[in-house]
Amino acid sequence: MVSDNSHNPAEEVRIGFFICHCGVNIASKIDVAEVAKFAETLPGVVVSRDYKYMCSDAGQDLIVEDIKNFRLNRIVVAACSPFLHEKTFRTATQRGGINPFLCHMVNIREHGSWVAEDRVTATEKAKAMAQGGVGRVRRHVALEKRREPVLQSVLVVGGGIAGIQAALTLANAGKHVYLVEREPTIGGHMAQFDKTFPTLDCAACILTPKMSEVGSHPNITLWAYSEVIHSEGYVGNYKVKVRRKARYINEDECTGCMECVEHCSFKTGVVDDEFNVGLVKRKPVYMSFPQAVPKIVVIDPLTCAKLSGGKCEESCIPACDRQALDFTQTERVEEIEVGAIIVATGFKTFDAKRKPYYGYGDFPNVYTSLEIERMVTSSGPTEGEVVCRDGRVPKSVGIVHCVGSRDHQTNRWCSRVCCMASLKLAYLLKEHTGAEIYNFYIDMRTPGKGYEEFYERLLEEGNHFIRGRVAEVTDFAMRPEEENHLIIQVEDTLSGYVRRVPVDMVVLAVGIEPQADASVVRRLFNISCSDEGFFLERHPKLAPVSTATEGVYLAGCCQGPRDIPDTVAQAGAAAAEALALLDPGFVEMEPMTAYVENELCSGCKTCQTMCPYGAISNDAERKIAVINPMLCKGCGTCVASCPSGAIHQNLFDDQELFDEIQEVLAHA
Amino acid sequence: MATLEREIRFESDRDPEFAAQIRRMPGCENLNRCIQCATCSGICPLSTYMDMTPRRVIQLARDGFKADVLNCNTIWLCASCYQCQVECPKEIGITDVMYALKCKAIEAGIKPKQAAPQTLYREFYNLGTKNGRISEGALMVNTVIKTQPARFWSLKMLGLRLLRTGRFGWKIERMPQQSVLKAAIQATPPINGKESS
Amino acid sequence: MKYAYYPGCSLKSSGRAYEESFLAVCKILGLEMEELDNWNCCGATSFMSIEQGPAYTCSVRNLALAEKKNMDLVAPCGGCYGVLLKADHYYADYPAVRNSVDKGLAAEGLQYRRQIQIRHPMELLTHDPGLKAIRSLVKRPLKGLRVASYYGCRFLRPVAPFDDMRHPQTMDSLMKTVGARIADYASRGRCCGGALAGSIPKMAQELTYRLIKDAQKAEADVIVTGCPLCQFNLDAFQDEIIASHPDVKPIPVFFFTQLLGLALGAEPEELGIQRLIVPGIKILQEKGILGDKKADEKKVPVAAGAQNG
Ligand SMILES: Cc1cc2nc3c(=O)[nH]c(=O)nc-3n(C[C@H](O)[C@H](O)[C@H](O)COP(=O)(O)OP(=O)(O)OC[C@H]3O[C@@H](n4cnc5c(N)ncnc54)[C@H](O)[C@@H]3O)c2cc1C
Ligand code: SF4
Ligand code: SF4
Ligand code: SF4
Ligand code: SF4
Repeated sequence: MVSDNSHNPAEEVRIGFFICHCGVNIASKIDVAEVAKFAETLPGVVVSRDYKYMCSDAGQDLIVEDIKNFRLNRIVVAACSPFLHEKTFRTATQRGGINPFLCHMVNIREHGSWVAEDRVTATEKAKAMAQGGVGRVRRHVALEKRREPVLQSVLVVGGGIAGIQAALTLANAGKHVYLVEREPTIGGHMAQFDKTFPTLDCAACILTPKMSEVGSHPNITLWAYSEVIHSEGYVGNYKVKVRRKARYINEDECTGCMECVEHCSFKTGVVDDEFNVGLVKRKPVYMSFPQAVPKIVVIDPLTCAKLSGGKCEESCIPACDRQALDFTQTERVEEIEVGAIIVATGFKTFDAKRKPYYGYGDFPNVYTSLEIERMVTSSGPTEGEVVCRDGRVPKSVGIVHCVGSRDHQTNRWCSRVCCMASLKLAYLLKEHTGAEIYNFYIDMRTPGKGYEEFYERLLEEGNHFIRGRVAEVTDFAMRPEEENHLIIQVEDTLSGYVRRVPVDMVVLAVGIEPQADASVVRRLFNISCSDEGFFLERHPKLAPVSTATEGVYLAGCCQGPRDIPDTVAQAGAAAAEALALLDPGFVEMEPMTAYVENELCSGCKTCQTMCPYGAISNDAERKIAVINPMLCKGCGTCVASCPSGAIHQNLFDDQELFDEIQEVLAHA
Repeated sequence: MATLEREIRFESDRDPEFAAQIRRMPGCENLNRCIQCATCSGICPLSTYMDMTPRRVIQLARDGFKADVLNCNTIWLCASCYQCQVECPKEIGITDVMYALKCKAIEAGIKPKQAAPQTLYREFYNLGTKNGRISEGALMVNTVIKTQPARFWSLKMLGLRLLRTGRFGWKIERMPQQSVLKAAIQATPPINGKESS
Repeated sequence: MKYAYYPGCSLKSSGRAYEESFLAVCKILGLEMEELDNWNCCGATSFMSIEQGPAYTCSVRNLALAEKKNMDLVAPCGGCYGVLLKADHYYADYPAVRNSVDKGLAAEGLQYRRQIQIRHPMELLTHDPGLKAIRSLVKRPLKGLRVASYYGCRFLRPVAPFDDMRHPQTMDSLMKTVGARIADYASRGRCCGGALAGSIPKMAQELTYRLIKDAQKAEADVIVTGCPLCQFNLDAFQDEIIASHPDVKPIPVFFFTQLLGLALGAEPEELGIQRLIVPGIKILQEKGILGDKKADEKKVPVAAGAQNG
């Protein structure tokens, strides 16, 4: 987009003024014909018109034709907010053959007819605004949008189902993807589940094929056990540093045969196995689970006898016939350049210890939902056998909903998936043990395809649903049959009685909350968090996967609690946004950016600290500020802050603004 | 000193077999589906007089709180209008549950505090099974005497009018051959939701 | 065509007028009703509340009798109709019911194959002779009479084989066919209190009150029903209802067959109109549907002609 008709300042100014009725939105309060007649008298105005809908095709054509017929070189449109139609009229101006930035809009609707009561004063105000606009537009100069190339690769941060889905979509579209995952394997929370609601299809069966596809995709560079430590740049051109932690394993050699784990000098596990949420212990050398991708073991330096500084017979080393163990390995930092970034860092579950009355950590038979997910998995630590910590097979289980959620003391939001996850666990626990299952809930929230039906199925299968928030899990028995049980006391608000339900096992449906390091990640990618700490989308309805930073998108639970279907859909949407950015090969930047008049800049750096987008740097050599137009959003903060008046902004030049003000005041 | 009484329900108050029997009664199979939406209580023309709304009866019945549901007046106030049943979003046979609970209350020999409806049903049943047909005159008089003796005289005017219009008689109605019905009833296995039946 | 007529207990006593008027209408329309031999009580709501095995046997026995005669069974009483219909459905749907009933019936050498239909006069008259045939036989159109059709529960719930459960129309169509005007009101399908009228009358009367009040709000001159229990509850207790709710006025409650019969030319006495507790003759004379000859005799001043304009 380049206008061939660049403006020459010496040339005679020929202004076209167009005022819109906006149906009756404007015309009912403002005498548009009178304003048009008035505008005709203003210096430089060659033609002045009013029209019912300026934004209609016919309205736009008026501008196009008049530019040609009257050799116009400035346009003023008095209509609605530029937020809505500035683009429309600039495009029309361009179609007329002159630079689109020679068009200026005056908002006489939101600032005029909609807020006015009296037609006469509203009309006068419109005239004043018209005069201001006409005064201002004379100073407009032709501007060009800047084009920057867009790198054809994408960084995906987080390898849960969101990151996996986004990465595969992009890779299949031919883009190169760097997938960075913090843990030794990708898969995220979904890899920990046995079944998924509401269809109860096996989580591994649907997830692991996608995981291995990621592992072997030619367009995907997978860096597990890695973290992004630095990111800079702007849309289309980000420079990112990734720290790849030392696995102490030669990744090219390891086949994941687990011989080293077998032969580790620790004969049994020594530390809580993170993947199995502490249900069992693992050795210092381990693989999260058999289908891990990449299928490579990792040595945890904190527990490894040798790496933690002690002595070890190092029996793992000879066990590996590929000599893959490498105790000399150190972390590496990779530097990559990408055009777009998708943040898919997921969630963490609420720490049940924060609700001490539920007895988690005190009573051995109180579990979190995630622990039960592992316990019911046939390939899990108990091979699917449901046994309590005290050895009994539960005959009765109480599932407590909303643990940590919907609570001003902890998390105010509804975690959205735990009702359904509780139903799933109720089903699985009953299937595994035949136990009597009690769900204690505040509201049953089952919105989703097939979800209410799943709830109905559980009702029909005779699970108990008791509506009342559990306040306490206790071992204080009031009756002989309660002895040796955990007792859940609750008001069943539906039967109208306080009930005491003795159970063998309590499951706490812990809520979903932001990752502990969300605020670090937020700063890394220059995005914001909403109150709860989840990453903030640009618009909750219309831009749900975009962020305020161009080229950075969100997918999955890092943006808010959601289930797998919604996560996958959102990941697809984020990938599509990234593709839409990458595919044209370049980005166009609005020219209304700030620039430094080098001669006036004293190098005081005031502006640098003010810019919310980090667009200003300091040229150490010349001792002046430099504004990166690709990062500048044209907010004007620096312009106002500069003590030397050295910063100007396109389309908001001081003189333009002064002229406008002067003309408005002149009319008043 | 009065003993402290707790309004509390223990798991030992539940009788799961009782709930299972109710679910096995005709029309009651969807009992567990209830989502406690309370449409039934809202639409029931008599719920405002009930000590327990139909919704609550359903909740307690499905969990097997036998004593609660067999002693409430709800089941006897239910006029079997089926309004709840047809409006229930989960297609639960609420009226049928009420019938089943009435039968169970009778089976358990429970005399409700508000005795009249049960008395009427019993009178009706006895007349109907004995004679094969109902003699409305006898039914009305018996029920009124047994349940609302005070009202008996105030109904005198109505009685006279009914006599005059020929709508009321002392004649005992009978099937021409009662014995066949008696035999059929005797040969009918009970429907009580017990697994053996 | 011949039908197995199942009167039920009420039509032999408190609902006599229903039997009289129904049979009179059938005669005019050429529908042959043959009373079922040795029928028994349908069981109503009472049997079902006491012992469900016998309850179903008693109901189905009547169906089996009609089936043996190879005739559809016509049950004018709303209670009977509803109970028999439900028994028929549950017999089909629940093995427990079928098992009990089959054994019970076998004692009398009966069996039931669900080969007949259970019919109610409301629907029978609408379909078998049909509205057109009825219209062609009208001798005394019910012009100017505003009728509120009260359906109650049993034609509509739990199954509604011939009408819209929530906005039933069958009776209204019949009434329109014979020239009446329709008072449309919302509580047309609400409960009248049923058997509670006999056990806790105050409670039942509160329900009945609402029906009458609603019908009168819709400016009904009369109410019609197709059930002897509804008719009784609405008709017999108006004194007591009005005593506690003076905002309602006495309103005659007819069996719909009485008004049909009248329109088709039958005389009030044949139709048992004199058996209503709240007299119905007067309004019919006021509207000019019945001549004022009788009125003169009884010295009731009427200006029916003038009113009818
Ligand atoms: C108990 C429970 C049961 C559930 N059951 C179901 C179910 O049956 N069906 C269903 O649809 N949904 C279920 N859900 C919801 C489901 O877990 C989520 O919808 C889904 O996991 C979200 O995927 P995600 O990729 O956004 O997040 P995650 O699964 O949390 O994945 C995020 C990934 O990002 C990685 N990561 C985090 N931070 C960084 C970082 N800074 N750098 C690099 N990597 C990082 C993490 O290690 C992780 O691998 C359940 C949730 C819970 C709590
Ligand atoms: S390091 Fe060697 S022994 Fe250990 S899993 Fe890898 S290949 Fe096997
Ligand atoms: S989804 Fe259910 S359990 Fe989870 S917070 Fe919301 S209401 Fe509570
Ligand atoms: S209407 Fe049905 S689902 Fe709703 S509370 Fe009543 S029985 Fe339950
Ligand atoms: S059937 Fe019984 S419980 Fe249901 S609405 Fe009618 S009176 Fe109420």
